[in-house]
Amino acid sequence: MNRKFGIGFAGAVGLALVVGSFLPSTETSAADKGAAISHTPGVPVTRRLSPQQYRSVIRDVFGDTVALGGRFEPELRRDGLLAVGAGYASVTSTGMQQFESMSRAIASQVVDEAHRDLLISCKPKAANAPDDACAHQFLERTGRALYGRPLTKEELRVQVNAANMGAKDLKDFYQGLWLSLASMLSSPDFLFRYETLEKKTEKNGVYDLDAYSKASRLSFFLWNSRPDEDLLKAAANGDLDSSRGIRRQVERMMASSRIEEGLRAFFTDMLGLDEIDAMAKDSVIYPKFDTMIAQDSKEQTLRTIMNIVYKQNGDYRQIFTTPTTFLTRRLGAIYNVPIVNNAANGGPELWREYTFSPDDPRAGIVSQMSFVALHSHPGRSSPTLRGKAIREILLCQKVPAPPGNVDFSLFNDPNAPNKTARERLTAHVANPVCAGCHKLTDPMGLALENFDGLGSYRTTENGVEIDASGGLDRSQFTNAAGLGKAVAESPAATTCVINRMVSYGLGRTPDRNEMPWVKDLEKQFSGEGYSVLKLMERVATDPAFYKASAPKPNVAPATSTN
Amino acid sequence: MSTNKMNRRAVLRGTMGAGFVSVGIPFLDCYLNGNGTALAATGAQLPVVFGTWFQDLGFNPGRWMPKTTGFGYENNVELVPLDPFKKKTILMSGFQYFLDGKPLETHTTGVEIVTTGAIAQQADALATHDSLIADVIGTRSRFRSLEVSLSGGSRSRSKRAASASNPAEGSPVNLYTRIFGPDFKDPNAAEFTPDPVVLARKSVLSYVTEERKKVMGDIGAADRNRLDQYFTSIREIEHQLTLELQKPDPLPQCRVPGAVEETKPSSLVTAASANNKIFAPLLAHAVACGQTRVLNVGVGSQGLRKEGSSQTWHGWTHEEAIDEKLGYQPEVTYFITESTKMLADFLGALDTYQEGAGTVLDRMAVMWMTDHGYARTHTMDNVPVIIFGSAGGRLKTGQHLSLVGDPATRVGLTLQQVFGVQVSEWGQQSNKTSKTITEILA
Repeated sequence: MNRKFGIGFAGAVGLALVVGSFLPSTETSAADKGAAISHTPGVPVTRRLSPQQYRSVIRDVFGDTVALGGRFEPELRRDGLLAVGAGYASVTSTGMQQFESMSRAIASQVVDEAHRDLLISCKPKAANAPDDACAHQFLERTGRALYGRPLTKEELRVQVNAANMGAKDLKDFYQGLWLSLASMLSSPDFLFRYETLEKKTEKNGVYDLDAYSKASRLSFFLWNSRPDEDLLKAAANGDLDSSRGIRRQVERMMASSRIEEGLRAFFTDMLGLDEIDAMAKDSVIYPKFDTMIAQDSKEQTLRTIMNIVYKQNGDYRQIFTTPTTFLTRRLGAIYNVPIVNNAANGGPELWREYTFSPDDPRAGIVSQMSFVALHSHPGRSSPTLRGKAIREILLCQKVPAPPGNVDFSLFNDPNAPNKTARERLTAHVANPVCAGCHKLTDPMGLALENFDGLGSYRTTENGVEIDASGGLDRSQFTNAAGLGKAVAESPAATTCVINRMVSYGLGRTPDRNEMPWVKDLEKQFSGEGYSVLKLMERVATDPAFYKASAPKPNVAPATSTN
Repeated sequence: MSTNKMNRRAVLRGTMGAGFVSVGIPFLDCYLNGNGTALAATGAQLPVVFGTWFQDLGFNPGRWMPKTTGFGYENNVELVPLDPFKKKTILMSGFQYFLDGKPLETHTTGVEIVTTGAIAQQADALATHDSLIADVIGTRSRFRSLEVSLSGGSRSRSKRAASASNPAEGSPVNLYTRIFGPDFKDPNAAEFTPDPVVLARKSVLSYVTEERKKVMGDIGAADRNRLDQYFTSIREIEHQLTLELQKPDPLPQCRVPGAVEETKPSSLVTAASANNKIFAPLLAHAVACGQTRVLNVGVGSQGLRKEGSSQTWHGWTHEEAIDEKLGYQPEVTYFITESTKMLADFLGALDTYQEGAGTVLDRMAVMWMTDHGYARTHTMDNVPVIIFGSAGGRLKTGQHLSLVGDPATRVGLTLQQVFGVQVSEWGQQSNKTSKTITEILA
């Protein structure tokens, strides 16, 4: 076994460096191990599993008939991504109670009579007593899949002891296994993703990740789940020590349909589509709104993107201009497109591809319900929120928060009520304190005013005709399709997706030192027709993706919360 | 100094003095009996409970501050719904949130100051005072704290650190199941048999945790804090299992409430108000049945709206004109009135739950907080903070104090001290204070 360190949980933190308790590394054959890169990489990040990752790992290890039964702590979004927030997230006691209760629920299904024959490959000598050998076999195999690395001898001993304790106390082998498995599912090694550096590869303070950490980074990046058996084997036998070995795995994984899962996870995070789950609309103003249609709107956008970046392996920028989308019957009611639903009675809604005419303002994801409804108020549209979302989400630019102590009376003239959003916002811009930020957001948002707070098309607001002209930097346009084109042509849109993708893979925004690498990726992205798949492959096969500097030693005194 | 002669004011003064005076044991322990259920001196009093009620967007200037200070004040128009609790109220006006040159993140910075004492712009926010208090008084109850959100969602204002925000319960049914579901042990049940499965769970959890700790090396500061957080959370689960294995102390006033019906949490005022009417008695029962000693309620004011209206309360504060005749924003005022009524419903549920001579509210201190002095213009001065309940006689209620220009952190400091947190000063920069509000101490 090609284990680098044997100190279990802390060893897996990659901070074993500070302890200096490395076990001798095994020899590696590959010549390019520790190959130099042209910049100093940042530090590794410990990340909490996201709810989706948790679900995926459980499904990968135990199959999809095991139910989770529980809820997750809210995720943190930092620098535009939940994947970055995961590097800050901890576990509160209430959250831990949920994790603990989910781990018992999952473990009890794994050992129940319906699943045990399939999921536990050995039989105990007696069902009412401990059985070292069978517990060992099950926990070793399952632990490796759950943690994404083999358990150390010591870890395995503890888990087998725990199973035996439980089996003895409850006079039931499977109950013992239940408790031991539940404790693995509640362990930090499962709930967090640790990254470990390999000491032997050190060159000028730069390290390779160890093989299992490489496998984990790669697997979460491409598939949003822990490494599968093939990848774990590649880590164990040293394949991931060479660029060739990594390339082989990347090719295999990118050829799998699971890459679509990974791409969806990335775009869901980047576009904040998870927030649609909590989106609320006023049912009197928007009677068509319900949670089903909200979910459909998210799926519509993901399908639109997948069609371009995955199925066609096309130009990323087209997601802002494409007239082609996918609709259900429910969504058809919002888009004013009749969709015939010939699904079986009670069956799920069917999806239909639909292409808007070339002169339709509906083009690209910015004109879709998932975008215009999410960045609106519960009962009306908001050019400011929409413009801010375009800047911050699609162009990675920061819009400052509104200043304090603003005198709103300037545009609160009850004798001249403003009928349209444009009129209301013009009042803002008349105030120099407000104008600075509003001119960053409003000219883009106003081009989306033909879509109400839910995303339905309209030509008037309060009886006054809507003027949907707008501007983005130097581009001027007359409607939403023009806005989409301007976003697509903005260089910020392509640098933004690269930045987000690198941050997503590393769990942090790139350091200043890493910017030359990001710049290189930009050149390659444009040279390769803005293919997101190619970009992912570039990142995943780049040696820089698997290197890190050592985290700073612990200088702060350990704090106790009690 | 022998502990049985220690008087509470002396302890408080000790911790508030110029230098930090180390007191050997937490303040409350000198008064609690071995089970932590009664004051040793009288053998009768039930433990104190802390609560917070967060209502963003505050009140209208000129419509909430009483005309007089001291005892026997009359409520101004917007606080009239709280008249039934006037004798149990400490209304404090004039507080300031200090920015110290930092940018004002509207509706956020004030919250940070009043709950954590510091402006951290969320990135490295400190623990909120309710967490600090829960660390002292909440360690022996089943839930260290309970958070609810009246308008749905899982965000709460309660934080153990920037990275660890306590999730709120938005559904009364889920709250009911968490407290009074299958894991609830009726303190007054005649029979008690420890559950062997719970015993086995506890043994395995304790064993595995201890073994894991042994292999923990020295790690980076950030990860160390997160792992400490993890192990604290695990310790609380162990603690909860320990409680499940013990026969609970009988609490004669504990009545197990009947199941509640599913509601549709949403940002509609009507939904929040309906949810509050279910949450409030559930929380009163949870306190009476010894399940928790810290409650945090979030109104979710910003997103509240009327059915059929396109505008939220927050939106109205900035976009509604001041009615010339009335002198205030009528729509905004509707929301203020409705949320004050919700508060009255909440306090009513606590105050109608009798426990011997007193009520659940009597042994609580519920701290009302808001984000701005005047939401319309995002002011950071003349901010009110209100306390309801006397924390079991520790606070002098029924008064209005004008504390113009004082940091609002004085309230957080005083309440931490009242609940036994060993702290002599609290907050950062201008929001730092070592001045206990002695006028409210009984």
